[in-house]
Amino acid sequence: MIRVALPTHLRTLAHVDGEVQLEVQGAVTQRSVLDALEAAYPMLCGAIRDHVTLKRRPFIRFFACEEDLSHEPPDAPLPEAVVSGREPFLVVGAIAGG
Amino acid sequence: MSKVRVLAGTRKGAFILTSDGKRQNWEVSGPHFAGWELYHLKGSPADPNRLYASQTSGWFGQIIQRSDDGGKTWFQPGTPPGEPMTTPEGFPKGESNKFVYDTSTETGKPLTTHQFYDGTQHPWEFKRVWHLEPSPTDPDTVYAGVEDAAIFRSKDGGKTWQELPGLRGHGTGPQWQPGAGGMCLHTIILDPSNPGRIVIAISAAGAFRSDDGGQTWKPINRGLKSRYIPNPEAEVGHCVHHIAMNPARPNVLFMQKHWDVMRSDDAGESWQEVSGNLPTDFGFAIDVHAHEPETVFVVPIKSDAEHYPLDGKLRVYRSRTGGNEWEELSNGLPERNCYVNVLRDAMAVDSLDACGIYFGTTGGQVYASADGGDYWSAIVHDLPPVLSVEVQTLP
Repeated sequence: MIRVALPTHLRTLAHVDGEVQLEVQGAVTQRSVLDALEAAYPMLCGAIRDHVTLKRRPFIRFFACEEDLSHEPPDAPLPEAVVSGREPFLVVGAIAGG
Repeated sequence: MSKVRVLAGTRKGAFILTSDGKRQNWEVSGPHFAGWELYHLKGSPADPNRLYASQTSGWFGQIIQRSDDGGKTWFQPGTPPGEPMTTPEGFPKGESNKFVYDTSTETGKPLTTHQFYDGTQHPWEFKRVWHLEPSPTDPDTVYAGVEDAAIFRSKDGGKTWQELPGLRGHGTGPQWQPGAGGMCLHTIILDPSNPGRIVIAISAAGAFRSDDGGQTWKPINRGLKSRYIPNPEAEVGHCVHHIAMNPARPNVLFMQKHWDVMRSDDAGESWQEVSGNLPTDFGFAIDVHAHEPETVFVVPIKSDAEHYPLDGKLRVYRSRTGGNEWEELSNGLPERNCYVNVLRDAMAVDSLDACGIYFGTTGGQVYASADGGDYWSAIVHDLPPVLSVEVQTLP
């Protein structure tokens, strides 16, 4: 089970309180996790990555295991600790803008 | 007894202010969508309980919200509360946030660039919905004016959106450029007596009109003069801030341009300046009295460099002669140390017998006058900066 931590506004939008838990089929990557997230919570479509290009929105960052994964390729495997559910995949609103 | 419902969009959420027809005691509900920018909310004239809201964020993008009970509850169209959020096939139903420019060869001549601040060409990039305009006859049809400038339409209650590409594709798009607030389509006027006619305005491109329901468009800027563009009388490039119309007289339009208050008596074919004795003719908001089509309201702002009222005194100016002759309205408005702005979509009128006028400020006040502008009082003092104000007159 993959754990995903969302920023406050996206938790409100998705009507969830804490972390989201997702079943991800196949390789666990940014793309497969976000695909599973949007399938389970379609109101988040477009809020994390562009509807068409599927690129990360400019003020969104992805962190996990104390690493910034924002600029990793979307199909790169996520850390084993995320795959095993020991660590969450963090979707973070960039600090820019306060 | 009649009621009024004021819909205020702010930098940190939406607020709904309701009163009976006396408009003296107000109930405030909100913030709805706390923490998000609410650029605009508007009710359907065909079903007053149907409200649309543009919820937006620089971080998380565009969300469209809808209420079918007058603002008590909200949902994203396509995902009503309690319903599964995916289709039986498992596909997401959250299409309502999706504004994708039409790039097909079948439906228009899609443009790829417009003029940027520095004069170079820049690709169109969707940022947010500035204005939602529900159809006067069909609660499920609603138009959206967006940044970067384009017009979209939904015919299914806001669930899915399609661009009307004839506007961007009509030919002048590469000359459009962003105003200080971005390249936004901020004004949409639907002519209730002529279903094919739509008037829109873009900063900074100008005004445009369609007479065939949005398929084809033409610029309607003859008579506008703007010193901040190379050719002051160019066909496009003017920073139109807002346009207002009295539905009973749809061919008469009033415009607050960047500088200059303008009037057209021929649905925008030509414009004449009616700034007259205004102390400054810079401003954003403009509206027309519900029952007196020659009575117009503006809020003069000092200049484009100083977006606040002259001398720290907040004033509405009223013309009862369709422009040129303006009277200062100050009763109940701040007399000193007032340095707020009133944004383009932040003024509205109700249609009660004694027409009510409303406007919101960037200081978080919503002012109301229940007597056509003679006396003003603040319904609320301390909201976040107000981006938009709309009013519904309810039975």
